[in-house]
Amino acid sequence: MLKTFSLGGVHPAENKLSAGKKIEVLPIPAQVSIPIAQHIGAPSAPVVNKGDSVKVGQLIAKSSGFVSANIHSPVSGTVFRIDNVLDASGYKRQAIIIKVDGDEWDESIDRSQELKKEITLSPEEIIKKVGEAGLVGLGGATFPTHVKLSVPPGKKAEVLIINGVECEPYLTSDHQLMMEKGDEIMVGTQILMKALKVDKAIIGIENNKPDAIEHMSKLAAQYEGITVQSLKVQYPQGGEKQLIDACIGRQVPSGKLPIEVGAVVQNVGTTYAVYEAVQKNKPLFERVVTVTGKSVKNPGNFLARIGTPVTALIEAAGGLPEDTGKIIGGGPMMGKALASTDVPVTKGSSGILIMPDEMSKRKETQPCIRCSKCVSVCPMGLSPYLLMTVAEKAMWDRAEEEDVMDCIECGSCSYTCPSNRPLLDYIRLAKGTVGQIIRSRNK
Amino acid sequence: MSTLIISPSPHVHSGDSVKKNMYGVIIALLPALAASLWVFGLGALIVTVTAIAASVLFEYLIEKYLLKVPSTISDGSAVITGLLLAFNLPSNLPIWIIIIGALVAIGIGKMSFGGLGNNPFNPALVGRVFLLISFPVQMTTWPKPMVNIGTYLDATTGATPLSIIKEGLKNGDKLTDLLGKIPSFADMFLGEMGGSAGEVAALALLIGFAYMLYRKIITWHIPVAVLGTIAIFAALLHWANPEAYAGPLFHLLTGGAMLGAIFMATDYVTSPMSKKGMIIFGVGIGVITILIRVFGAYPEGMSFAILIMNAFVPLIDRYVKPKRFGEIVK
Repeated sequence: MLKTFSLGGVHPAENKLSAGKKIEVLPIPAQVSIPIAQHIGAPSAPVVNKGDSVKVGQLIAKSSGFVSANIHSPVSGTVFRIDNVLDASGYKRQAIIIKVDGDEWDESIDRSQELKKEITLSPEEIIKKVGEAGLVGLGGATFPTHVKLSVPPGKKAEVLIINGVECEPYLTSDHQLMMEKGDEIMVGTQILMKALKVDKAIIGIENNKPDAIEHMSKLAAQYEGITVQSLKVQYPQGGEKQLIDACIGRQVPSGKLPIEVGAVVQNVGTTYAVYEAVQKNKPLFERVVTVTGKSVKNPGNFLARIGTPVTALIEAAGGLPEDTGKIIGGGPMMGKALASTDVPVTKGSSGILIMPDEMSKRKETQPCIRCSKCVSVCPMGLSPYLLMTVAEKAMWDRAEEEDVMDCIECGSCSYTCPSNRPLLDYIRLAKGTVGQIIRSRNK
Repeated sequence: MSTLIISPSPHVHSGDSVKKNMYGVIIALLPALAASLWVFGLGALIVTVTAIAASVLFEYLIEKYLLKVPSTISDGSAVITGLLLAFNLPSNLPIWIIIIGALVAIGIGKMSFGGLGNNPFNPALVGRVFLLISFPVQMTTWPKPMVNIGTYLDATTGATPLSIIKEGLKNGDKLTDLLGKIPSFADMFLGEMGGSAGEVAALALLIGFAYMLYRKIITWHIPVAVLGTIAIFAALLHWANPEAYAGPLFHLLTGGAMLGAIFMATDYVTSPMSKKGMIIFGVGIGVITILIRVFGAYPEGMSFAILIMNAFVPLIDRYVKPKRFGEIVK
């Protein structure tokens, strides 16, 4: 029987318009803009100055804490300026802007396409290497990968779960990566297994991608300890806690990390980046981005350098459609609406979704009819209707008591609500406020 | 494109709406409406049309002239209230009494609390119980099934199975003899018995239940909890003393058990939000229904049971929470 997670979930229209489209290498733009905050944790500290010349793969901003990440130049050229620019979150943040000149790579990077299977580094060296290469979770969460691989003292990892779920509608970058870079992902998985000292890895893939399940299962047979688990299509199965529940039937307790149940989850894109970092000495400076939408001429999957303006991606997919209403960085369920097409691709950019105008506006909100559908679909077992009400009334104690901090912001509640109530908007407000209250209490 | 639209995620919606749910319930009620017309004929038609028209009209008038808010009659909820009110009335009830029932249901039961979504009690049942207490004679005079197709106020009347048993046992008759005086279970299943206009045909109501489950308008929890509890409670009493207490099938097929469990107790607004809460709510309704039917003064207790449990919903929702992620240790 097909597995899935135990609580809630929805099944939005999949709309995988770019499925099966070969990864196209996007031309290098004339100028890139690299935000220094494109991961969870402390922003990186620039180590280059205006006027410096840089090569592809050269460190340009250093990790500034345990939870932080290095950033490498995705292009060769000259640092034009270090300035505040608008990023995908809609804020002006510091970024390193580089004028491109040629495409000269750092000599230490192995640019051959040859598959390198033998893993020579020790677990500690792997984690160090992953940290140096600036790897973060490429599924969208952008949590620094080396931190996730550093198992805290007293805890033990038992199983590695590779996230090939791609439960967001429209997005296909992970799917296509599995089809084209399956072997590299397998080796990446083995590297991660070695780093975590586990002998078991499960690659979870939803069964709307039968080609990927078949392809990866065939490959997995050649690698020790790796199995493929096909999963029933159910959003948000790509959520870390939901995927662990689906694959091994263990539930991470409230407020705890996956390691509590012996699991570590990594996205397939991240796993591919691990392969490149460890076997090819290549830092993270490019990624696969899906560009898609109902009115987009050529929806597709593009390999883009970090810092490439979104405009360039949209051009590559056939240009901005006439009827565009909204441009989303990421998928339709959890992605962020972009304020401008000038914002750069960052490590967390899994897709650019262009929504036609008529799909971009919310419908009118009506009173809650207590249908309880938000409660039924919540994958965390919360009561979204109640959280919204207490947030409206600023009852923060009650919001905390109702475990608002457990919300993973998957949006299933707002998606489902027949009255079009902005449940998640209010829950985010409550999460932000309650989070501040908790932090100040713990000081 | 002039400016980009910015809003927080999610950026897509299921397309579900209040209207879709309400009209779904109305479709689910159609088999029972057809059965009602088949069993009680003209009377059922007049009662239904009057109740719906009056309910919708009162909602319109109250919103327009008293509350001065935009009209919500198109959302379908007033039609449901009217339809359910009609289903809970005898098919020979005079029009003026039906209009009073609709006024109480919509005016007091729904609009006085702030309209759809805010009423603590099922509006149709508020109207029904108000009429039962105010007009006890008219509200307990039941047209006979199948013989009143062309009659309305002049319908020939008879007792319902529930009152035959209740009165008979009070007079010291034997249960086995009394069971011979009521229709067979098969007839009752198809609706050939006395009772309120829309409650008699279990089969038609179950078809509506299946439809609502298929459309995911409601879940199974409340109806199964109500009917399961009625069946178990009745079976226990029957097993303890078969001479004095009728069995589970009798209690499931008579009175408002099916209509109440499937359509009245499942009213979104007045039922609990968590699955566990729904089960508790349903069990409560089942227990109270049998207590009233067997030990109370009224032959039927479904309406009272639902209204009583409606009052407990805020309490249930406060203390009975949905199953949380991370709670289940496997």
